[in-house]
Amino acid sequence: MDARFLRIIMQFALAFGLAAFSIALTTGCDPAPAKASHKAAVDEADPVHADKANLPPAELGLPPNPLNMPNAASQTFPVPKPPISNEMWPCSSCHDSPEEVNRTRRVLKEEHTNIVLHHDEENRWCLDCHDATNRDVLHLASGVTITFDESYRLCGQCHGDKYRDWKVGVHGKRTGSWSGEKQYLLCVHCHSPHSPHFKPLKPEAPPVHPDQIR
Amino acid sequence: MSCCSPELPEVPTEIPDVEGPLPTTKRGLGDLSLTRREFSKHTAIVASFLSAAACSTDSMDGFVKSRLREMDRNELKDLISSLERKYKKRFNKDVQVRATPAAEGVRFAYALDLSRCVGCRRCVHACVKENNQSRPNPDGDHNNPIQWIRVLEMNKEEGVDLAHATPYYNPEEVPREGKFYMPVQCQQCENPPCTKVCPVQATWKEPDGIVVVDYEWCIGCRYCMVACPYGARRFNWAEPYLPADQVNPNMHVMGNRPRLKGVVEKCTFCIQRSRNGRYPACVEICPVGARKFGNLLDPKSEIRSVLENKRVFILKEDLNTQPRFFYFYGI
Ligand code: HEC
Ligand code: HEC
Ligand code: HEC
Ligand code: HEC
Repeated sequence: MDARFLRIIMQFALAFGLAAFSIALTTGCDPAPAKASHKAAVDEADPVHADKANLPPAELGLPPNPLNMPNAASQTFPVPKPPISNEMWPCSSCHDSPEEVNRTRRVLKEEHTNIVLHHDEENRWCLDCHDATNRDVLHLASGVTITFDESYRLCGQCHGDKYRDWKVGVHGKRTGSWSGEKQYLLCVHCHSPHSPHFKPLKPEAPPVHPDQIR
Repeated sequence: MSCCSPELPEVPTEIPDVEGPLPTTKRGLGDLSLTRREFSKHTAIVASFLSAAACSTDSMDGFVKSRLREMDRNELKDLISSLERKYKKRFNKDVQVRATPAAEGVRFAYALDLSRCVGCRRCVHACVKENNQSRPNPDGDHNNPIQWIRVLEMNKEEGVDLAHATPYYNPEEVPREGKFYMPVQCQQCENPPCTKVCPVQATWKEPDGIVVVDYEWCIGCRYCMVACPYGARRFNWAEPYLPADQVNPNMHVMGNRPRLKGVVEKCTFCIQRSRNGRYPACVEICPVGARKFGNLLDPKSEIRSVLENKRVFILKEDLNTQPRFFYFYGI
């Protein structure tokens, strides 16, 4: 890579910089994202960039091939351990009789009473995301099941723009080494899947005001 | 040499470029550096004094150590082991001082997502811990807490408006309604005005783009602080206060090793981490993932993703400082 290349990137950045700055000034640069962008699309996130050839048949609307492993061919990312509490895992320790699943929407009284849906709750129920017959996995709208360390694919079904940004490292966060091995934090490391609004934080101490410096 | 320029710089761009080849004379450090620093401490920023201070060192050759920038590998090795011994004694624990050089094909850059940042200041304090900044001194008369990152709170309505920004906000919870937050730290300019005004070339840009300070060579004149349009440099007005139990023992000679009274310091993209493949501490701590860091020359880096997918802007573009620190709205 040479200096010319660098300069091109810089010019690119500068040109957009000006534009972004003026946009920021004229719009008041409201960082709150437009809510209107949520559409409950059912196909996997990214119609433009998704490598369709890599998707399992069911996600392409084709009948599943029984010889295929469900996720074998799809794109996966290195992620840290999903933040599921230890006392809840495995789910199948309690959810062991798929025949007896209660599919009705209701207020849970016996278990999981701390889980209250604040996530498009009028249109959603637990079993839209959790698999009714195998509680240790999630399922996509297509019926394909995925493990909890791929939950980004579930979120990506409806939040395609964020999923796209996450895949290239713009939304969310990577840990590890900038020059080598990385891990991608799952969406659920930052957003509770049941109540995903990012919770406010207590700020750490402000700097000492010059007046107070002895 | 601009070291005898009689005036404080006002317009950075008019300062002659003194970044060419450096004189090769070896100069003394050791206690001498203290003398030089004391010297300027007891004077106001008066140029005649400064030039006297800077030039007086010329006549004091013959000391063992040389300036960091001119050292060869053996000299660096000697310096490192003497520093390690010194710090070990001072803090009573093992300390590793490195001098990892810039890697070939690496140009560091940084990007910050203003639509994610919530102003929680986790970065500010992680930076202080990682980089051994002076802490608030509980009982000293010379309180000198130093922070390299400043998080500014601004009104969404007004957009980026540095004149009406405050770093002192302290509500129960952030983000506050109607506000947004803009952390500012050294912008690691490609064309840094700060290095050009240093009368003794104690600060310069490394090949990977990190602007560093030679703490032993700095005479404390603070020209660089005046020249920096981002207010990103800090001065040790008092003896830095760094309790032994708070020392980060993983150090770099041009980074987080303990500073002296009377020297200038600044963000180095955590040179002790970044030159060893790690993300800077502020990137690692950020709970919202607003901070992106990487190699501008690596097409697969997060930083390139940001530049290619988002509209970025830089602070005070008109000054032609060409920051390697970008801001963007991830939305
Ligand atoms: C939008 C999809 C979605 C919906 C709707 C949903 N969940 Fe979840 N749930 C998830 C995901 C994803 C995880 C995994 C989080 C993780 O990896 O920590 C999860 C985790 C859980 C856990 C484990 C939590 C823990 O760590 O203890 C329980 C229990 C659970 N869900 C129950 C429910 C119940 C009950 C409902 C309905 C009231 C529900 N979920 C609705 C996506 C969903
Ligand atoms: C300690 C036993 C126990 C464990 C462990 C457990 N569950 Fe449950 N779960 C229950 C019970 C009991 C109910 C029914 C609650 C009710 O009807 O009030 C339930 C209900 C649910 C429901 C609502 C739909 C339905 O089937 O009634 C979901 C979704 C669910 N659990 C998901 C999970 C997931 C995901 C895990 C693992 C992360 C998990 N559970 C672990 C006991 C458990
Ligand atoms: C079936 C579609 C669907 C799926 C799957 C889904 N979401 Fe959502 N999500 C929505 C809709 C619709 C909204 C907007 C309504 C709301 O905020 O309740 C939303 C809102 C959000 C918000 C904004 C909340 C706020 O108020 O700031 C976040 C964050 C979010 N989802 C994260 C996730 C994550 C993480 C997952 C995966 C665990 C996920 N979503 C899965 C449909 C979905
Ligand atoms: C490092 C933490 C982090 C990770 C990981 C993360 N997000 Fe977010 N996300 C945030 C923050 C912070 C916001 C801004 C929240 C706010 O403004 O209230 C946000 C905002 C959002 C929003 C709301 C945007 C809107 O229009 O209001 C959605 C949707 C969302 N994220 C989806 C996702 C999805 C999907 C993933 C995984 C592919 C993900 N996030 C991963 C931190 C994260």
